[in-house]
Amino acid sequence: MASVTTDTPIQHSDPTPRRKISQQAIAPWLFLLPAFLFFALYVIIPIVQSFYISFYEWNGLYSPEYRAVEGTELTDLACTELGNRAARTEGCEPTGANVWTGEYVGWENYQQLWNDPFFWTSLQNNVIWLLLYFLAIPGGLFISLFLNQKVFGMRLYKSLFFFPFVLSQVVVGLVFSWFYLPNDGLLNQVLIFFGFESINILGSNEYATYGIIAAGLWPQTAYCMILYLTGLNAVDPEQIEAARLDGAKGPKMLWYVVLPQLWPATFIAIVVTVIGALRSFDLITIMTNGGPGFYNTSVLAFYMYDVALSEFGFRMGYGSAIAVILFLIMMVYIAGFLWKMWRDEKGA
Amino acid sequence: MFPRPIQHYSRGVQATYQVVLPIALLVWLIPLLAVIWFSIKPGEDFTQGNYWGWPATGFQGITNYWTVFAESAMPQYLWNSVVITIPTMFGAVALSCMTGFALGVYRFKGNLLIFFMFVAGNFVPFQILMVPVRDLTDQMGLYDTRLGLILFHIAFQTGFCTLFMRNFIRALPRALIEAARVEGVSEWRIFWFVVLPLMKPAIAALCVLIFTFIWNDFFWAVVLTQSPESQPVTAGITAFNGQYRAMYHLMSAGSIVAAIPPVAMFFLMQKHFIAGLTLGAVK
Repeated sequence: MASVTTDTPIQHSDPTPRRKISQQAIAPWLFLLPAFLFFALYVIIPIVQSFYISFYEWNGLYSPEYRAVEGTELTDLACTELGNRAARTEGCEPTGANVWTGEYVGWENYQQLWNDPFFWTSLQNNVIWLLLYFLAIPGGLFISLFLNQKVFGMRLYKSLFFFPFVLSQVVVGLVFSWFYLPNDGLLNQVLIFFGFESINILGSNEYATYGIIAAGLWPQTAYCMILYLTGLNAVDPEQIEAARLDGAKGPKMLWYVVLPQLWPATFIAIVVTVIGALRSFDLITIMTNGGPGFYNTSVLAFYMYDVALSEFGFRMGYGSAIAVILFLIMMVYIAGFLWKMWRDEKGA
Repeated sequence: MFPRPIQHYSRGVQATYQVVLPIALLVWLIPLLAVIWFSIKPGEDFTQGNYWGWPATGFQGITNYWTVFAESAMPQYLWNSVVITIPTMFGAVALSCMTGFALGVYRFKGNLLIFFMFVAGNFVPFQILMVPVRDLTDQMGLYDTRLGLILFHIAFQTGFCTLFMRNFIRALPRALIEAARVEGVSEWRIFWFVVLPLMKPAIAALCVLIFTFIWNDFFWAVVLTQSPESQPVTAGITAFNGQYRAMYHLMSAGSIVAAIPPVAMFFLMQKHFIAGLTLGAVK
């Protein structure tokens, strides 16, 4: 009974709150709807579909569906089994619909991956990428410390140091391919000048991957640098002064006082570096196209693209299986990122 | 301030710093300077192996650039990039203003879940989407069209933009919205007249970022398009690479042209650009 007595005054005295509340309950969904539909269509559903396709053998094509014309001895099933030949068979006609040609193979794609040396090379290169890409973080920190001064023209210096990040990876790839040109490339000219032997970096099984990673580190380091420069701006000057009075300086100050305050910047740097390393596709395509030899510089992202869309045949199912593996690796990081965000939300 | 301001050091250190700074920049940008050097050299230099020396027949000035524009599909590629990038920028920012508002202002069941869905979706490797999205685009009759690329980019970028917008709106003073509600202003009008004007810096940041991301996209360009009529400049330049293999003077002029729009965007909107990149994590 108590609830009735507390409810009634609101209902009678002022009808607007109730209307407001229902409006407030519907509004977020209306605001979310267009983006949600779009995102579901192009991102969420495709992820599920990729898992599904990875259990099929599929060449990316559809075949026209046929049915039996009335009055013939053929059945619909027979027409379908005739497939493309049905078009020329008396008694069958196309229905106008297209049928997916994927063939269920269960775990076979994954079993094949297990025995595929190129898959393992790609995975191994992915690990190398992941490990070496982290150099961008200390590299970026180092440059940001070097540039965090107030001297004439500093703004321009900072922008120019950041420059590589704004360039397309395609351009970066081309730039570095020329930088590495055997004999005539600038790098080799320098090596020769100092009396070393010229090396064909992108043509060597040993060095090509490292050469590409070095090219990738160039813009990635610039990105980390800008994160740290922004972070350094926000470092609490009073804490620094206090620590200085206590006699802290140099590396000790950096480690115990500055770096903890830079943690948000470091966190973002880790996230973008991992994503950058796992998305490495452009540079490999531009610089070596997976070579030298068979897939020596390939990574999962590149190998997946190559098996699914290369002239050797469109193996969409096999490609999807590779994509699923790559996705699961990335999920580890995404889960970590979301977990941290969730913790921050609860804390806030 | 860390490290200690250079002005507090001895003159010797200060002078050294002033000298090292431009040298460091030069070394950092050497690969790029090399391309600029390539782009103004005559073609004969490369056939004769004179890659780095002073050009034998003098500099080409803008001749290489002119050749690229007049004799290749470059203008078409550039135009395609513009046609793809601008609508994507508006589309993704518009959608994410709405999602950011919904997720940042309202408390409802599943709020965090939907937010995380956008964030996670934004971080997935492209390859997991490749086969189905290519198929979907083909089924819609949009394979090898600019519209096909635009639609996908809008959808995908909305994930990143939502993360950014929602965090930005969260940081706005809630009292403003509460006050408007007390006044009886409808939710749509609150969005349009109260929140949207406050979102201007975030909108600017996202516009530059999306512009750069989409302009520089290569993967989706090669997956969803194939002809010069619809390919953006990143994919175009690789086709170009086949056409002009080893013609380094034209290739480098082409790469520089392709790089100019995002670079210009960055220099014009630097403050917003950097604010966007730091995802609002570093205030």
